[in-house]
Amino acid sequence: MFDFQIVSTWLHGVLTGVMPEWAAILTESVLVALLIITLYAVFAIVLIYMERKICAFFQCRLGPMRVGKWGLLQVFSDVFKMLTKEIIEMRQSDRLLHNMAPFLVVAASMTTFACLPWNMGGHIIDFNVGVFFFLAIGSIGVVGILLAGWSSNNKYSLIGAMRSGAQIISYELSIGMVMLTMICLTGTMSFSEICQQQADYGWNILRGHVPAVLAFIIYLIAGNAECNRGPFDLPESESELTAGYHTEYSGMHFGYYYLAEYLNLFICAGMATTIFLGGWAPIYFPGLEGFNDVMAMIPGCVWFLGKTFFVVFLLMWERWTFPRLRIDQILSLEWKYLLPFTMVLLVVMALCVSLGLTF
Amino acid sequence: MSEELKPQAAAPATPQAAPQAPAAAPKKPAAPAAAAPAAPAENDCHVRTIERAAFRKEMERLHKEEKMDFLECLTGIDREEDGLAVIYHLESTATGKRTCVQVVCEGRETPNVPTVSDLWDIANIYEREVYDFYGIIFTGHPDMRRIYMREDWVGYPFRKDDETEKNNPLRMTNEPLADTTDTYTLTPDGTLTKEQRNIFGEEDYVVNIGPQHPSTHGVLHFRVCLQGEVIKKIDPILGYIHRGVEKISEQMTYPQTLALTDRLDYLGAMQNRHALCMCIEKAMGVEVSDRVKVIRTIMDELQRIDSHILFFSCLAQDLGATTAFLYGFRDREKILDIFEETCGGRLILNYNTIGGVMADIHPNFQKRVKEFIPYMRKNINEYFDIFINNVIFQHRAKGIGTLTKEQCIAFGCTGGTGRAAGWHNDVRKRMPYAAYDRVQFNEVTRTEGDSYARVLVRMDEILESLNIIEQLIDNIPEGNYREKMKPIIKVPAGTYYTAVEGSRGEFGVLLESKGDKSPYRLHYRSTGLPLVAVMDTACKDHLLADLITIGGTVDYVVPDIDR
Repeated sequence: MFDFQIVSTWLHGVLTGVMPEWAAILTESVLVALLIITLYAVFAIVLIYMERKICAFFQCRLGPMRVGKWGLLQVFSDVFKMLTKEIIEMRQSDRLLHNMAPFLVVAASMTTFACLPWNMGGHIIDFNVGVFFFLAIGSIGVVGILLAGWSSNNKYSLIGAMRSGAQIISYELSIGMVMLTMICLTGTMSFSEICQQQADYGWNILRGHVPAVLAFIIYLIAGNAECNRGPFDLPESESELTAGYHTEYSGMHFGYYYLAEYLNLFICAGMATTIFLGGWAPIYFPGLEGFNDVMAMIPGCVWFLGKTFFVVFLLMWERWTFPRLRIDQILSLEWKYLLPFTMVLLVVMALCVSLGLTF
Repeated sequence: MSEELKPQAAAPATPQAAPQAPAAAPKKPAAPAAAAPAAPAENDCHVRTIERAAFRKEMERLHKEEKMDFLECLTGIDREEDGLAVIYHLESTATGKRTCVQVVCEGRETPNVPTVSDLWDIANIYEREVYDFYGIIFTGHPDMRRIYMREDWVGYPFRKDDETEKNNPLRMTNEPLADTTDTYTLTPDGTLTKEQRNIFGEEDYVVNIGPQHPSTHGVLHFRVCLQGEVIKKIDPILGYIHRGVEKISEQMTYPQTLALTDRLDYLGAMQNRHALCMCIEKAMGVEVSDRVKVIRTIMDELQRIDSHILFFSCLAQDLGATTAFLYGFRDREKILDIFEETCGGRLILNYNTIGGVMADIHPNFQKRVKEFIPYMRKNINEYFDIFINNVIFQHRAKGIGTLTKEQCIAFGCTGGTGRAAGWHNDVRKRMPYAAYDRVQFNEVTRTEGDSYARVLVRMDEILESLNIIEQLIDNIPEGNYREKMKPIIKVPAGTYYTAVEGSRGEFGVLLESKGDKSPYRLHYRSTGLPLVAVMDTACKDHLLADLITIGGTVDYVVPDIDR
């Protein structure tokens, strides 16, 4: 397995050769930031194209076909269109908060994006309480949504933002509990160690068997709700609130919400991959050495992206099949069913680990 | 001509014989129908005039003693020197007895009639319509304000002597929306006093749903009073696309008026035009051939399927199930293709005409319809798989917006909405017309009355419609597809009312003629107006999201409300 640390150590060596230590670290930070922002944009485009095509195939359609071969350039043209759109200042809105809100959402989403373990040694933000950090930063996004709803001075936006706040805060509990369940199994909160363990001992979803599979399913449900995507797309439920909290946004300000929505989907899937499906770890069957060796030849980032896009596909499947829930149903699903269930799951997992029933 | 009927015309001699005939019977040759003589001008709409002083008492008696609990239609009319009149069509749902009364107001300055909105809930919105167009004040009405026209409109546009354009130049100001409403009472000395009330309270949180909103299915505007997300009151504001079809028709010849019916409920274009043609034919005593009757029946049923598929699709879309939406549109396309071949149009069909249909059916018509029947029977299962049986949908629809049978009758909610509550209101059974007396079909009813029942009723109606088409498609009798009519069509003087079962309820046409080549008054009983009127009752104490479910399942179409 290729260790990305070789590249980063080499780069650090080269840079410290020509400049002092602090300048080298600064340069590296800028490079990494540029890399993240580029990847962020690229993945957004890939995901939007993927969503449009997958949803079309679910609906017996072809999806975008006109711009470029198979509509490949459609999303690019959409992005350029959005970049040229005027950003409309609403009268009687709170300008400062109104303009700040999309940046909060994007900043939260980008920071969580940086938490993903791309490859062995390819972590950008990685420290011993990584899971905790991820959850904390992820919750900043909801502040952006609430601000957007409040500052727009629009009743639809306000209702959408309130729904969103209630929904995201509720489902964060489930996500936190599910993650705790898996931390119980791994014994560490650092993403790099979680992945390394899975590379050494097998994927968590297999190691934790029944409780882990249940936790994975709950994660998929709660994760979809976290991303405000159907069937949990109430905050922006088109047919009730026209566009919910981003009704009053236009141009690239709206574009940021759009970007963040898709990237949150990717981050949600990436986190499922990291915690349940081994992150960058290749598939490993004890006894099949030849097969395992071949699998290990595939680079870690390919494994990571492959698994992530598989989970993205699952989430899109869910979105394009189910009708939308109602706000009281969403909240009762979380508080009456998912949360008690995850609590039980946590205890079960703890028992399994302490009795040595995991692999 | 009916004398030239070929033997495969399987018309039973009497309508009563039809239910006993097995479904397969029409395939066998049977005795040709007895040649019906051209009927004399038939008019079952005998309007009984009641004195204004005795009016209120008589209406109370009809409601209470004769159990006339269904106010079918309420029409204003301006008879110039004979005064402004209001015509009421009443029906008893228990006995099926129908009656039609009218009251004439005095004067043109402040004509007034006592309200009946406390007897029939639907009269509330009907009376507002008459007030809006004729200026007839209904004393005691709790909410006497304009409904279609702008609040600052001058004059009453449907009056024969109204100078609409002179009084109402193009306004450069935004349309005001009234926050208050009036109640008029008649004092003993014959003058009117006005009492003003607020529509919403000072503290109410009012959200506008519409006029531009994805799920009002057109340009419809609800002012919704919310408490949190719970709906406390709904005030519908109509008229954004009101075109005055009824008034325009008064300047048109009869064949010209036909062109406008397709533009009312565009998902019931066939049935609307069928109703108007039938009304004119009945008034003139024209008997159409059996072939026309059968073709009209098949077309009406295809249109009904089309409408119900769209109902399913739009409901799915409103509830966020976009995939189910496109499944519906995939199948609806097949019907539109069939229409296109025969009629040339897909949405605006222009097919029925006075005395028959515009053109004979396309040679492919029978083949394609026969292909469609099994196709649709198979595909309707997909609707259940992807949407209707889905647990999320069931939780969102069951027990939501429940309307009792009594409420449906009081609000005149005919069609699937009424049948979901157990009200047998199908015009095809109540007053069979066209070829409905010779086919066997069930009137689909349920008892729950909630949104889920309304969906199931319409899904079952698709299957029933397929049954009807299946019985007729191989038995289209030979004959003229159009009777020869005079170049200028004049309808004998009188008042006529004809109803058909539209896609979403009873679609009625009231025609008053003075013997000219254009109607003196043409009124359409809208299928959608009662459905909008009932929204306040149905949505009360439900969540905002339920407004969408309820609005989707009662299934109104806006151009039909704003005629």
